[in-house]
Amino acid sequence: MFPFSFEWIWDMGHVVFFGGLWYAVGILGAGMTYCLLKAACDTINDSDNKTSH
Amino acid sequence: MDSALIPKGAKRCSFPKFTIGIAIVSAVLLWGVYAMFLCWFKGLNQTNMNDYYGFALWIWADLAVIAVGGGAFFTGLLRYILKVDELKNIINFAVIIGFICYSSALLILAIDIGQPLRGWFIFWHANVHSMLTEVAFCLSAYFAVLTIEFIPNILENRQVNKVPFFHHLAHNMHGVMAVFAATGAFLSFFHQGSLGGVAGVLFGRPFAVREGLLIWPWTFFLFTWSAAAFGPCFTLLITKITEVITGKKLVKDNVVYLLAKISGWMIITYITAKIIDTIYWAMVTAPSLGFTLSHFYTDNSFYGYWILVTEIIICGVVPGLILIMKSTRENPTLRIIAFVLGTIGICLNRWVMVLQIMAVPVMSFDTWALYIPSWQEVATTILPVAYGIILIAIAYRYLPVFPQEKELNR
Repeated sequence: MFPFSFEWIWDMGHVVFFGGLWYAVGILGAGMTYCLLKAACDTINDSDNKTSH
Repeated sequence: MDSALIPKGAKRCSFPKFTIGIAIVSAVLLWGVYAMFLCWFKGLNQTNMNDYYGFALWIWADLAVIAVGGGAFFTGLLRYILKVDELKNIINFAVIIGFICYSSALLILAIDIGQPLRGWFIFWHANVHSMLTEVAFCLSAYFAVLTIEFIPNILENRQVNKVPFFHHLAHNMHGVMAVFAATGAFLSFFHQGSLGGVAGVLFGRPFAVREGLLIWPWTFFLFTWSAAAFGPCFTLLITKITEVITGKKLVKDNVVYLLAKISGWMIITYITAKIIDTIYWAMVTAPSLGFTLSHFYTDNSFYGYWILVTEIIICGVVPGLILIMKSTRENPTLRIIAFVLGTIGICLNRWVMVLQIMAVPVMSFDTWALYIPSWQEVATTILPVAYGIILIAIAYRYLPVFPQEKELNR
């Protein structure tokens, strides 16, 4: 599953299969991380605005 | 009792009535769960599978729910990538149906492998020469996409949305939904296709094997195409059933007409390709392997030519024609008939491509493997239906699933 796993072989099959999997999982992870961080920033900004008013 | 959780301005049945309904369906669910635990604790001897016939009924259910769940990826593709704006009024429901279908598919696979504690082996000790490994990867990743697409709808619940963080999270997730939808379309293309590809590469099964393009047999493309064609049919059918049960109109006609029209054209193009594929297989592929067409449809008590005609003509050509013509598409009765036929058609296609393939004799000493599933198989196949009804009921009651509901029910 990972290049450091003892079963890993650097061949086309492993690169295509796991490359595709990690590419998709990477996009989902990055997308969700962005949403969570931005939501946290927006929430903090909101509470700051309310405090200053 | 739960009125604070119900979307503002929406009317729902009383809580006791809702609870009674859920309890009735839960009894069916528990029956399925009991059968599932029997399969896990006592083993797959609870099924009627044997060394001669190794596919349980639930594998058909697995492929069928994945196919009808294709409405989520295709509607998402149309809404977020191709910017068909009207579909924003049905996309939430399409996602919920997709979520139910894919979680059911994963549950069925967990039963099928017999030892669910070893489910992670397919990732850790992956066979990178197997199309089913690709299916497992894409199915799991696409289920994550559907969960991500479902989350904003949950966060829009009246009480949850009052929490500022959740409110912002839902808003931000809507903002980048196109990225998730594109990833979902990519994953769906490959896992829907590979499920068909698995059949097409079975060179030892003349009923299934097909020529193709590079490493992909034609069944790869036909499976993806059929899921995109018939998935929206299923979404519209469940929407109609929900409208009948709730006694409310939930989606405007123009949205239904549009999705039905797209589905109709997809069905017509798919079924044309399917007919060409079938004729070529019957006239060239099968004879080249020493078989005639009649070998696959005679000398048994169940699989006759009727199944071919029903799948392709009655449940393929007919719904396609109904949905592409304006006069028939806008006729409520004919439209529902088309949705029902389309849904039966895609389920029948998956039946043929999974169960009939295994039933057809190949060697001269083989016999037709006509198979009756055990009650445990039936119960675990009905289990996802009960689960789906419960999840739809809860989502409809507490989440703003249909943006046009308030306007249509003043």
